[in-house]
Amino acid sequence: MMTFFYISAAVALTSSVLAISRSNAVHALLYAIVSLLSVALIFFMLGAPFAAALEVVIYAGAIMVLFVFVIMMISSGPGSIQQERRWMNFRLWIGPSVLSTVLIIELFAVMSLPREPLSARPVIESKQVGIALMGPYMLGVELSSLLLTAGLVGAYHLGKRKRDDSQMEDVTIHD
Amino acid sequence: MTNVPAEYGLILAAMLFAIGLAGVLARRNIIFLLLSIEIMLNAAGLAFISAGSKWGQADGQVMFIFILVMAAAEVSVGLAIVLQLFHRIRTVNSDEANTMRG
Repeated sequence: MMTFFYISAAVALTSSVLAISRSNAVHALLYAIVSLLSVALIFFMLGAPFAAALEVVIYAGAIMVLFVFVIMMISSGPGSIQQERRWMNFRLWIGPSVLSTVLIIELFAVMSLPREPLSARPVIESKQVGIALMGPYMLGVELSSLLLTAGLVGAYHLGKRKRDDSQMEDVTIHD
Repeated sequence: MTNVPAEYGLILAAMLFAIGLAGVLARRNIIFLLLSIEIMLNAAGLAFISAGSKWGQADGQVMFIFILVMAAAEVSVGLAIVLQLFHRIRTVNSDEANTMRG
């Protein structure tokens, strides 16, 4: 088990360092996704499979897709086709692909282990997490729902205001 | 077949947090700043999961879910601000955004 932990930790640290040191934002995002996946594998080893699933679905899925959308909206314009052609270079995929392959081999190795010696430490199932969420942490759940609503309204407002400005400018020009 | 000690998870969380902090301090691109903040929040979640796994309680995962909610709200508002800033000053260099209106 320790070997798997060391491999995952090495992949996480390597991909994080590469993520913050790339000059191209899309390459950095690829390495950041690999880093999140390796941390999810460490969650799985620490006996938190529900947190590992959430890490893959929400962090590596939803939040990174938001980053990709913003990079797409920023880098559109003349010259973006050449940029896109440069990004399709297959040599750039080698680094993240090698790190992800290490992770998936490790995942299969962890899953093929027998269950008994793995559970000296109790695995915290999602049922216990749900009971704790809906019991003593009820106020926290309500507060996080308020926070998500505030985030939704804030993102909508910030994304909309520029269009209102341009419409007002158009009206004044036409008048 | 030994278990992963919780201290190792905490040490890894500290190293990931240091990497994210170095990214925030070193980079000037706003998207990279947000990405480094994500790495730091992820390290905080790893610390909570490690501690919860050491004590065998579900509280660590509950706090991880709260961190996840906070990260989602933060990144949605932050990326909307990045788009707004890019429309105004046509760059993602955070040093360029050094003037206020009013």
